[in-house]
Amino acid sequence: MVRIVFIDPDGKRHEVDAEEGMTLMEAAVQNMVPGIDADCGGGCACATCHVYVDPAWQEKLPELFERNEAEEDMLDFAFDVRENSRLSCQIKVTAELEGLELQVPEQQG
Amino acid sequence: MAQVSAQAETIHAQALVIGAGPVGLFAVFELGMVGISAHVIDILPHAGGQCVELYPDKPIFDIPAQPRISGAELAERLLQQIAPFEPTFHFNESAQVLERIPQEEGGGFIVSTASGKRFRTPVVVVAAGSGAIVPKRPPLKRLEEFEEKSVFYAVRDPEQFRGRRIVVAGGGDSALDWAIELAPHAERLTLLHRRQEFRAAPASVERMRQMVEAGQMDFRLGQICGLVGENGVLQAVQARHQGETFEIPADACLLFFGLAGRLGALAQWGFEMQGGQIAVNTENFETSIPGVFAIGDVCTYPGKLKLILSGFHEAALMAQKAARYVFPGRHVSFEHSTSSTILAKKLHQG
Ligand SMILES: Cc1cc2nc3c(=O)[nH]c(=O)nc-3n(C[C@H](O)[C@H](O)[C@H](O)COP(=O)(O)OP(=O)(O)OC[C@H]3O[C@@H](n4cnc5c(N)ncnc54)[C@H](O)[C@@H]3O)c2cc1C
Ligand code: FES
Repeated sequence: MVRIVFIDPDGKRHEVDAEEGMTLMEAAVQNMVPGIDADCGGGCACATCHVYVDPAWQEKLPELFERNEAEEDMLDFAFDVRENSRLSCQIKVTAELEGLELQVPEQQG
Repeated sequence: MAQVSAQAETIHAQALVIGAGPVGLFAVFELGMVGISAHVIDILPHAGGQCVELYPDKPIFDIPAQPRISGAELAERLLQQIAPFEPTFHFNESAQVLERIPQEEGGGFIVSTASGKRFRTPVVVVAAGSGAIVPKRPPLKRLEEFEEKSVFYAVRDPEQFRGRRIVVAGGGDSALDWAIELAPHAERLTLLHRRQEFRAAPASVERMRQMVEAGQMDFRLGQICGLVGENGVLQAVQARHQGETFEIPADACLLFFGLAGRLGALAQWGFEMQGGQIAVNTENFETSIPGVFAIGDVCTYPGKLKLILSGFHEAALMAQKAARYVFPGRHVSFEHSTSSTILAKKLHQG
């Protein structure tokens, strides 16, 4: 199990235990983290699973900030997209992510 | 005038299906097979749910015996398949309120829609997917003040934008199509998008760039972050790009950020929910309110997969239990479609 922390727009921390291989979106939905709507169920087709990755991880794990092409396209339908924006359904949980913090945006849409 | 809608004629139905997505449509078939004729409502102007609204041209590969079928085609075939059961469709209607009728007054439910239509029915089948598919709204302060006055999510009457300063925000096909269409009539039209690339038809992107080149339209890189104005009258759109905030003078703003599902009023109907979905039992897909069923993407149970295939299965089991409410006391026997007398009769009539 890998511990992932989602911080909701009110600043509340949701610590969840994620299984390796699942996506960060699935970990959030299974644990009922508010604000991860994931309308399309992980199809990279809705941009309602948008998260901001803790910038402190930039050095440790730069891949975590690399968006794939479909994801970059889909982010056109998200709001307040920043450099550390990702769609959480596009990131697989690995042991390396232990303790990762993700900020949930104010609104998915 | 609320009085009028409250007293509006009540439509009597054997079953009311809420949502005309693939699962709601197939529910009409399965209900028909047990002798129930259904009314179907959808907030959209047409059937097909996500398949038509979100991915009409994308091929689907996991519909049994259909190696490849587009979203729009799937909806079309389902409509053909259920036509013999003559469902009554009510489009542009959103289900708002569920009332339970006490047993001594005959039991069942009244479902009312936003426009005031009322349905009296012993069986309600919620097949609402992820809810009403509505335009995404950006988290902007005082947005409501401007909505439908100077900020819009769709163009109903292009004339209303003639001679005005317009900002079109977004980078998909809708944003580009409307920017191209409205620019010649606008005093000034600015297309606002977060990056140089567009996720839209290449021909539209090309056309837009030509128009920008020719000075017929402006293009600004940025993301909308605020609205300036008073009492719904817009003066400018605020945007941000790489840490820098700027204002674009505007009388009207069109926002195209795609669609999202909103369960809305349905979530308050009182059934047991689980993580935003309606909890059901997997024997008959009934909710915690007897007589109200939930199938397709809107329902959840251990192991639930949001697949069209799963929704079809759920519809079949739902119909068996629904028949017990519609025909109390009558034994409903299971029939194959190959030998169903009900279906044979319907097909011969058509
Ligand atoms: C891009 C994409 C690709 C997909 N690919 C596949 C695939 O390959 N295979 C697969 O099996 N699945 C796929 N899916 C998922 C599939 O589309 C859904 O599982 C399916 O559409 C669910 O059907 P549904 O009828 O339950 O709900 P929906 O299709 O969401 O339909 C629900 C309908 O209910 C209406 N509604 C909601 N609330 C109300 C209300 N209060 N009053 C009136 N009407 C209301 C909505 O307007 C909508 O029309 C894909 C989804 C997406 C987005
Ligand atoms: S869940 Fe829809 S894009 Fe991630």
